[in-house]
Amino acid sequence: MLRTDRIFGVVVILAALAYIASAFQIRTSFLSDPMGSKSFPILLGVIAILCGAIMVLKPDDEVEWPSAGAFLKIAFATVTMIGYAYSLKPLGFLLPTAVAAGILSYLIAGRALFAVLAGLGLSAGLFLVFKYALGLGLVAFPKGLF
Amino acid sequence: MDILSNLALGFSIALSPWTLMLAVIGCFLGTIIGALPGLGPSNGVAILIPLTFSLGLDATSALVLLTSVYYGAMYGGRISSILLNIPGDEPALMTTLDGYPMAKAGRAGDALVISGVASFVGAFLATIGLMLLAPLLSRVAYQFGPAEYFALYMLAFCTLGGLASQNQAKAAFAAALGLAIATIGLDNQTGMPRFTFGNLHLMDGVDFLVPLVGLFAVSEVLIYIENQGKSSSLGVKLEKVTIPFRDIGASFGTMIRASFTGFVAGVLPGAGASLGSFLAYMTEKSFAGKNGGFGTGVPRGIAAPEAGNNAAAGGALVPMLTLGVPGSGTTAVLLALLMTLNITPGPTLFTDRPEVVWGLIAALLIANVVLLIMNVPMVKLFVHILSVPPGLLLPGVMMVSFVGIFSLTGSYFDLLLMTGFGVMGYLFRKIGVPTVPIILGILLGGHMEDALRRAMILSDGDVTYLWSSPIAIGLWAAAIIGFIAPMFLRPILKRPDRVID
Repeated sequence: MLRTDRIFGVVVILAALAYIASAFQIRTSFLSDPMGSKSFPILLGVIAILCGAIMVLKPDDEVEWPSAGAFLKIAFATVTMIGYAYSLKPLGFLLPTAVAAGILSYLIAGRALFAVLAGLGLSAGLFLVFKYALGLGLVAFPKGLF
Repeated sequence: MDILSNLALGFSIALSPWTLMLAVIGCFLGTIIGALPGLGPSNGVAILIPLTFSLGLDATSALVLLTSVYYGAMYGGRISSILLNIPGDEPALMTTLDGYPMAKAGRAGDALVISGVASFVGAFLATIGLMLLAPLLSRVAYQFGPAEYFALYMLAFCTLGGLASQNQAKAAFAAALGLAIATIGLDNQTGMPRFTFGNLHLMDGVDFLVPLVGLFAVSEVLIYIENQGKSSSLGVKLEKVTIPFRDIGASFGTMIRASFTGFVAGVLPGAGASLGSFLAYMTEKSFAGKNGGFGTGVPRGIAAPEAGNNAAAGGALVPMLTLGVPGSGTTAVLLALLMTLNITPGPTLFTDRPEVVWGLIAALLIANVVLLIMNVPMVKLFVHILSVPPGLLLPGVMMVSFVGIFSLTGSYFDLLLMTGFGVMGYLFRKIGVPTVPIILGILLGGHMEDALRRAMILSDGDVTYLWSSPIAIGLWAAAIIGFIAPMFLRPILKRPDRVID
């Protein structure tokens, strides 16, 4: 029977093998201790392989995965966050924050007008708090726009 | 009296107007964080650490602020448990069992006041316990060599994995993953890069605040997006709040006993506040017997878990401060805070930085009084905060997380990494892999590997050196029992089901 735990266990084993393989690639230095810098990572990899094997052999009950729609929303939220991460520096604080907060709000509450207001309000409100109450060095707008 | 003079030193630091103000702000924020469902003590403190760091507060001020938030969140968790039947944080789960039935019976105000007083008693006794026990334990900790420290770290991972999760293999994997993340970067001993794959961003290793905020805060928002539509609304009305002296008097013995149970549970590494409130509730329930009416909304059923939970929160500070080993998710976050402030918890903390330790203890006592004042007469104010819509709150949490991490490093790479950890945390929570051992692994990984390698240098590669002293053998034995025993105890320690309308 194919269960989430079995798939996850296999992924864990493969990742641990890759981790151990790259542990063998660590360059050693002439200044070394009896254990060296490879043993601890290899030990961790072995533990992870054991855990993965147990998950494959003795899986828990099947996970309740969300519906395709909810999954799509989570994927969309993730893309939003990635976009936000890239745009925060070049575009300044206000614009990306309003857009990202609005999208997230819409994904959570599902109300369009509320989401627009939440985005604008959070962007302006947090900017004031961060910049003036907490004194963080945030840039409001992209450089050279004004 | 050593303790009194130390305490006087602590109060001389903590009673300055500036620190007092920070304590009040921290308590206020903490109660809100604890009360809001979806924001608990660990993710609340986690998103505040980067901000506190960017503010440039000194060590004592930052500690006072964030431990006030920590204690405040422990108080606040009860508000949504009682009024919404939704625990504001995990330890507050047990409070729903009697708190919600009592609120439904029209005594919401009484339930809030009783739980507030119980929180005060629990936290106050635990702070006293911390004052008495921590210096003793720090004296024992002086005898610890690298082998003992390695065994101690094993103990923390084993008990955390054993008690706090449903599946040992998943918990052990989480710990290994955290430790593996900690190996990224330059090797402490040889200075050679490990697992950086030529990426310059990874040379310094992964800053532990990035996975911390990602796993705790970002994944929470994703969970909320999945559960969209199941929004919460106030289930019961809160009328005028009066103080039910009679109920408080009748449940006073319960509060004292529950505080003791909770404190002991909190001191055990890996157990933490959830176990504290659970054990306190269960012992009081069996103490009261069938006629005690536990589960139907009796004052003692509210007093026990709240006193236990707050006492455990104080107890969890003992191993964190004296040994550098946190007892719960939230103390792991506080350990992250100490490490950000360049304070290494451990036995030397008590002799080298007495002003930090005793200032902290005094601040806890002050915070506790502030919280009692805030939570009994002003409880209505916090009840209003529960009506903040999630569509505003959670995007706000997300933006604060991003700005916090961004203000630390100013690099988009850390934000991407944080998002990645958030998605990973979401998937892991679905699969049932606990995230706290990952954080603990990232925090302790460097120390754990150093301890192991130093032990191997001392013994010239002889592995048996790791369990050659009585202290080390005791720790290993406790670790093995802590990991294996829960497998057999799990059917017995089954949590009571939530009250369903």
